Amino acid sequence: MKSISRSIPKKDHGEKMRGQAMYVCDCPTEGILFGRMVRSSVPRAKVANVKLPTLPDGYCYVDKNDVPGTNEVLMIVQDTPVFAGETVEHIGDPIGLLCGPDEREVLRLAGEVEIEYEMLEPTFDARESDVVFFDYAYEKGNTAAAFAQADHIFEEDFETGLQEHMCMETNGLIAGSSDGKIHVHGSLQCPYYVHKALVHALGCRPEDVSVAQDVIGGAFGAKEDYPSILACQVAVAAHKAGKPVRVIFDRKEDIECTSKRHPSFCNYKVAVKDGKVTAMEIEVLYDAGAYTTMSPVVLQRGIIGAPGIYNVPNLKVHGQSRKTNNVPNGAFRGFGGPQTFFAVEMMMEHVAKNLGLEPVDFKLAHLAKQGDSTSTGGKYHFPVPIAPMVDAVLKASDYRAKRAAYQNQTGRYRKGIGLSAVFHGGGFTGSAERDLLKSVARLHKDKDGNVEILTANTDMGQGLFVAFTKIVAETLDLPHDKIILTMPNTDRVPNSGPTVASRSVMVVGELIRRAAVRLKDEWKDGEEQTVTEHYKHPEFMIPFDIKTFSGDAYPTYSWAVNAVEVEIDTYTGAIKLVGGWGSFDAGTPIDENILRGQMEGGFVQSLSYGMMEKITAEKGKIRNNTFSDYMIPTAMDLPKLEILLHVEDYPGGPFGAKGGGELPHVGGAPATIAAIENALDTKLGKAPFLPEDVMNHLREVNR
Amino acid sequence: MSVFNLNGKEVNYAGSPAGRLLDVLRGEWQMTGTKCGCKEGECGACAVIIDGKLTNSCLVAMGSLEGANVTTIEGYRETQRFAALDKAFEAVSAVQCGFCIPGMVLAAECLLSANPHPTEDEIREGISGNICRCTGYGPIIKAIDMAAKEGDGLW
Ligand code: FES
Ligand code: FES
Repeated sequence: MKSISRSIPKKDHGEKMRGQAMYVCDCPTEGILFGRMVRSSVPRAKVANVKLPTLPDGYCYVDKNDVPGTNEVLMIVQDTPVFAGETVEHIGDPIGLLCGPDEREVLRLAGEVEIEYEMLEPTFDARESDVVFFDYAYEKGNTAAAFAQADHIFEEDFETGLQEHMCMETNGLIAGSSDGKIHVHGSLQCPYYVHKALVHALGCRPEDVSVAQDVIGGAFGAKEDYPSILACQVAVAAHKAGKPVRVIFDRKEDIECTSKRHPSFCNYKVAVKDGKVTAMEIEVLYDAGAYTTMSPVVLQRGIIGAPGIYNVPNLKVHGQSRKTNNVPNGAFRGFGGPQTFFAVEMMMEHVAKNLGLEPVDFKLAHLAKQGDSTSTGGKYHFPVPIAPMVDAVLKASDYRAKRAAYQNQTGRYRKGIGLSAVFHGGGFTGSAERDLLKSVARLHKDKDGNVEILTANTDMGQGLFVAFTKIVAETLDLPHDKIILTMPNTDRVPNSGPTVASRSVMVVGELIRRAAVRLKDEWKDGEEQTVTEHYKHPEFMIPFDIKTFSGDAYPTYSWAVNAVEVEIDTYTGAIKLVGGWGSFDAGTPIDENILRGQMEGGFVQSLSYGMMEKITAEKGKIRNNTFSDYMIPTAMDLPKLEILLHVEDYPGGPFGAKGGGELPHVGGAPATIAAIENALDTKLGKAPFLPEDVMNHLREVNR
Repeated sequence: MSVFNLNGKEVNYAGSPAGRLLDVLRGEWQMTGTKCGCKEGECGACAVIIDGKLTNSCLVAMGSLEGANVTTIEGYRETQRFAALDKAFEAVSAVQCGFCIPGMVLAAECLLSANPHPTEDEIREGISGNICRCTGYGPIIKAIDMAAKEGDGLW
């Protein structure tokens, strides 16, 4: 490990430990109005009439008619309204916001708003939807010829479910105005996304709005797209009421009404010739829910990763994201990757089994290597370290011996072990870093030689501020306490892009490293100095064309190999996690503890995505809306996990770092399902797989 | 009116006996170290110590507190035991978003005061009422184990 990797205390450690960190829910509420959303109780309808109860003095109601600018939330496509327009499109679609000084009274009044609906026919199953939001396709080689010449053709369907972020802190924001400006602050990952959305909805100038981050109680994507919606709503209310307005969701509302991971339906057709996969034809379908939000880019990432880490010479991939009248799905750690990686990892597992081969060996025989072309005809410019990582995980987990021992089990308790190998591409897809984000980062030195880092990137607990501090301190040879870094406010920081897509360390970290190099060169004692750096696209990248899906989708990839061991109680169906091993390559760790923390936390989310976390909706209404019926792991549900770090330096990242945040959430589910398969001696194609699925399966096969 | 001890000081509460301790702490008394993650007794973010027992304050009615000893993070953070936990949590960077942490720290205190030398499984059990979505628990368990060893004699 390099010296920079040696861990230092986290900047936010003390205040969080002592209970002094100020989350949005901790901000003083004097003079504030509490807001409660009035939401659609039906999945699809025309809003015929809204009847308000008599509002006491000081209370107000806002809806689409109060939006001073455009009643649209500025995202990728402008179809999400600030407040519902003519129609409502999902249960929980916000129609209006009721605000007032007494929180309980606000709740009561919001409950008394009567909405008359003219019902419209809803769709809940993406497979039956005829509204296609996004449709992408690409091809490589000659799949028709490969299928014509194949010795075997295998075809299978795969499904993954909704996943809820379940941040310990729900969504919440406060808006208010002072000095003729609207200020919004709270739990948000991307200050400038929110800033742009506010300018659009309020119809004002950029300088009339400021957005600031409060301490965030978990995000994982939950606070990427959603805060843009909520910010417009609270800002419209604050604008009308002339007072600050605070909306913080309760747990039920947070689960029922905010975005989640897209459910997926995939079909894989694989051609095998002489024991090798020669072609894949892949159909991908994501359920977007009622509005498009992040769906186009989620789907892009999904289809780019659809053939996994393998070199498949002939490839035909088609993906759609369709509208349903379910709650809109958006960003969630992994961002479209976990779904297709689940499918391809299970497919490779099954093809190997069909051929009578050990899946790990079969996968190793198909690995892409440095210099090979990617799914989109780009290039793996840097080493693909999967083989040594697999080796490390096989050893740590004793995979081969266990796999041999877990054949033909018949007792009550049956064990299984499974392995997956995946990647995650760092940064925005294709040329979006260059064409859309155009990130700017700045360092400011004061007369005393303190250096402030000015970026729009947020620390939501993942440790970014430690990483940024170390990058600048190490480059400038300064002690850490000479580096100043506070939560971003758009009044003060340039737009260095959102804190998403595992880009912050790799892309923005490199910007501030370059700025620090320049500051070092130009350093003048006793003077104030400012250095600004702009994004530079890596020159080695093969230009990406989003229309044809060709070129380098990402400059480089982070890699993960996961093994999971389970024990199944065939009397109750209970699935117990017995072991978990992960080898992760996110380049040079900027801080070893922090990277390990990210890997372990994400790995756990991914394990439970495979065998625990399930949202059940009936006609668009989410049924499990509490911690007791949407289960996430407690400490007792988990074994000790072994986290191994593999390091392949990326020359384009600061000190060799690559993207890390999302990587651990890609491969846990397929490894878990492969382990369950191994225990039950079968083939499975869906995640999550729960105890009731175990029981149904055992009933079907009659053992 | 109920009289009880909060972080070592006697307090008089004259509000509704049906009020929730969590709401009174966070709202009326502006002690926001205790967090609210669900208000249904499911997450442990609101955990406080009442008469030595880890208790979810969202399920405690003010009327039930007469004569009780209540410790929240605001009181606990002034103790030596806290300092030992603080040092260990810092050493392994166990705090991510931090929202679960005040409850988690009080859970660690209750565990260690009942069992100063817990095994890993006992630590897992001790914090099983406190949900953490960020860390996967590994670093927190390591920190509690470290605090137990290095703070030997404190508990
Ligand atoms: S807020 Fe009390 S247990 Fe969740
Ligand atoms: S640190 Fe975020 S929930 Fe525990």
